[in-house]
Amino acid sequence: MDKPSDIAAAISALRAILPEQGLLVSEEETRPYECDGLTAYRQLPLMVALPETEDQVVAVLKLCQEMHLPVVARGAGTGLSGGATPVAEGLVLSLAKFMRILEIDPVARTARVQPGVRNLAISEAAARHGLYYAPDPSSQIACTIGGNVAENSGGVHCLKYGLTVHNVLRLKVALMDGEVVEIGGTALDAPGYDLLALMIGSEGMLGIVLEATVKLTPRPQLAQVVMASFSDVVAAGNAVASIIAAGIIPAGLEMMDKAATAAVEDFVHAGYDLSAAAILLAESDGTPEEVAEEIAAMRSLLEASGATDIRVSANEAERLRFWAGRKAAFPAVGRITPDYLCMDGTIPRRRVAEMLTRISEFSKTYGLRCANVFHAGDGNLHPLIMFDANVPGETERATAFGASILELSVEMGGTISGEHGVGIEKVNQMCVQFSSAELALFHAVKAAFDPRKLLNPGKAVPTPRRCSEYRLTGTPGTKT
Amino acid sequence: MNAVIAGFAERVRQAAAQKRPLRLKGGGSKDFYGGPLAGEILDTRAYAGIVSYDPTELVVTARAGTPLRELETLLAGQGQMLAFEPPHFGDGATVGGVVASGLSGPRRATSGSVRDFVLGVKLMDGRGEVLNFGGQVMKNVAGYDVSRLIAGSLGTLGLILEVSLKVLPRPAAELTLRLETPQVNALEWMNSWAGQPLPISATSWQDDLLTLRLSGARAAVAAAREHLGGELVADGPNFWQELREQRTGFFKTGSTLWPLWRLSLPSVTPPLPGSQLIEWGGSLRWVKSGEAKLAAETVSAGGHAALFRGSEEARSAGVFQALPPTLMSLHRKLKNAFDPAGIFNPGRLAQGL
Ligand SMILES: Cc1cc2nc3c(=O)[nH]c(=O)nc-3n(C[C@H](O)[C@H](O)[C@H](O)COP(=O)(O)OP(=O)(O)OC[C@H]3O[C@@H](n4cnc5c(N)ncnc54)[C@H](O)[C@@H]3O)c2cc1C
Repeated sequence: MDKPSDIAAAISALRAILPEQGLLVSEEETRPYECDGLTAYRQLPLMVALPETEDQVVAVLKLCQEMHLPVVARGAGTGLSGGATPVAEGLVLSLAKFMRILEIDPVARTARVQPGVRNLAISEAAARHGLYYAPDPSSQIACTIGGNVAENSGGVHCLKYGLTVHNVLRLKVALMDGEVVEIGGTALDAPGYDLLALMIGSEGMLGIVLEATVKLTPRPQLAQVVMASFSDVVAAGNAVASIIAAGIIPAGLEMMDKAATAAVEDFVHAGYDLSAAAILLAESDGTPEEVAEEIAAMRSLLEASGATDIRVSANEAERLRFWAGRKAAFPAVGRITPDYLCMDGTIPRRRVAEMLTRISEFSKTYGLRCANVFHAGDGNLHPLIMFDANVPGETERATAFGASILELSVEMGGTISGEHGVGIEKVNQMCVQFSSAELALFHAVKAAFDPRKLLNPGKAVPTPRRCSEYRLTGTPGTKT
Repeated sequence: MNAVIAGFAERVRQAAAQKRPLRLKGGGSKDFYGGPLAGEILDTRAYAGIVSYDPTELVVTARAGTPLRELETLLAGQGQMLAFEPPHFGDGATVGGVVASGLSGPRRATSGSVRDFVLGVKLMDGRGEVLNFGGQVMKNVAGYDVSRLIAGSLGTLGLILEVSLKVLPRPAAELTLRLETPQVNALEWMNSWAGQPLPISATSWQDDLLTLRLSGARAAVAAAREHLGGELVADGPNFWQELREQRTGFFKTGSTLWPLWRLSLPSVTPPLPGSQLIEWGGSLRWVKSGEAKLAAETVSAGGHAALFRGSEEARSAGVFQALPPTLMSLHRKLKNAFDPAGIFNPGRLAQGL
């Protein structure tokens, strides 16, 4: 779609479908959509559609299919891998108007919601029934359930309560040709292939989520968090393994290094130990007796692992403050550097300490600072590489630093992305993690849903050509 | 390439070239399940053994032909378990069969199903290519989640070679309670308890007896026992074991096992007519009759009915509920992506797959 006459035709056809002010075309209007949370990549779309009903979404998709217009779905735009970055010759389909919680069933413990509902809004609506939606990404105030489904998002409590894929029961999905399918259901183990699993984490490339039914979890009677300080990161890494080895699955098990705690403390005053090389946050939840038992067990394991200081949250306010620091880690680092890249590799837990050592070596090699925030219990790492895009060469160095971490993650038996998605950011590293035959299968899966490749093109799964160039030269071709 | 895998690849390529179906088989313990069996047997047990297991990683990787019993013994030795409690249904159950059948046991409603614990697979597709998806780490969103798609696909998408499963520590304490109550109450209670922070790990109701298992920290189990009342069942572990393997009275009465219908329903569905055994907090109901009417009621309640055990003849008519056309068309396209010649277990999951 590059002929002006085609574009004009598309605009008038879309205007006929969408409500007034439901189509943004001017640069001024589309500018806010030029990037998601991965701000290093920006691209203006041809236009932005803001439908308000499912019928409008379906009609938009049908039209785009007919006119060969690429479609990029967008929730809140908090994604960190460029999943919602527009494509120049395409349309951004914003689900922002789909903000209704359609039903909360306290007895069946489910919530049926529209895709633009914010993650936290579900827990807030369920709270009066003593229930909540368990996956809690740190962006939960803003991010939408549609985005969570697309990325299979996690949070600090996923170690015990699972990721999005473990907490979504049913989806209503519009395919690119406008067909609407229901997958999964509130009855368990639906017949046929597990399309729910396939849809979750598919980065908006297989279909548009129109509705989700999610599982609600009873609020534990009590939760308490232990904060332990360590004078070196290796000891902190080993403490994580020793807790798991003792048969404890904490409700959360997070780690931050000194650079991260310093940034956070300035920002939210969480009360972190700034003299520590690393701190661990380990949460226990359940009945008061259970929590007391588990906290005592974790305390002695942490002491045995060389913790230099241990504090247990004295009350709910303090517990929330300890977590507030962790949850604000990205914006806190954002305050101390013009730009940062957030990595998302996942590795076997036993290699966390080794990875930290390697990251500090990379930091010297590339001449860039890095703060580390880890979902340590899952081995999911978020090194935050700090740089200044206005300094010539720094963006390239930051990208290379990130690539080194991701490729090392694969080498250590892990993956390039634990929860943020591949998007455009890590598309080259897909060539490192997967063989040509595996990538070809991904393309075949995509073709089953979207044969014209119009949904979120260029994301997540690289073309064979891009990979052969990347494997050969370390730099991809310009066109995917 | 491993010689056994090379041998499999050779057979798959030949079968594909000649469009001859292959029947993927481990111990054959679940031969009764799904559509009729077709094709020349490819026995996965030639590819067996634990590939890696590190208890502190909470992950085990095993070859498909590994006996489930062997895997469970290994985990138990480290105080760990497969939390979805897969039924064996016979001596020969293999790890590959567990994943392919996607069947979970008593703990499913609270802990999750097979697919929830699948972290990665090594798969041979219908071209004889060996492909790896997912991995051995807890979180992985690189590429589509093919490894979970494989769970429950009844071998129709490919030959599972290896699987990585998340494992969990065994609960520190466990006990079984029994209360006498009619079905309508039992359903109400199970749903109400599930909405409270109670350590219930399994439920079962039959003939006015509601049995529940509490699992977790000692203190939590003791507190819940106090709260829930009921009588302590002395041979609790045995009860759940027999239920998981369908060896209890309900599954045995009469001269044959079939027809046995498995009704998967929203847990809040009111009581359905007929003699039943209920599990999973109300969301799994077993019925021993061929009543088509019940199946229709199940569908209208938002659930699905499957002929779990039945005669060869009954099975050939299709054991799972037919999928709506758009979904079926997606299934066909996916099948074609993995197995273009249509050689793997044709008809086992649905006609045309
Ligand atoms: C400060 C901060 C902290 C974060 N913390 C976490 C964390 O702890 N854990 C975590 O997992 N992530 C985290 N994230 C990443 C991000 O918030 C998640 O990926 C989130 O799920 C994105 O939701 P969104 O609504 O913003 O989606 P967007 O960014 O708008 O879109 C993300 C992807 O979803 C697709 N999409 C959106 N809506 C739909 C739909 N209805 N149908 C189909 N596809 C759709 C888009 O095309 C895109 O590919 C964090 C981000 C920030 C900025």
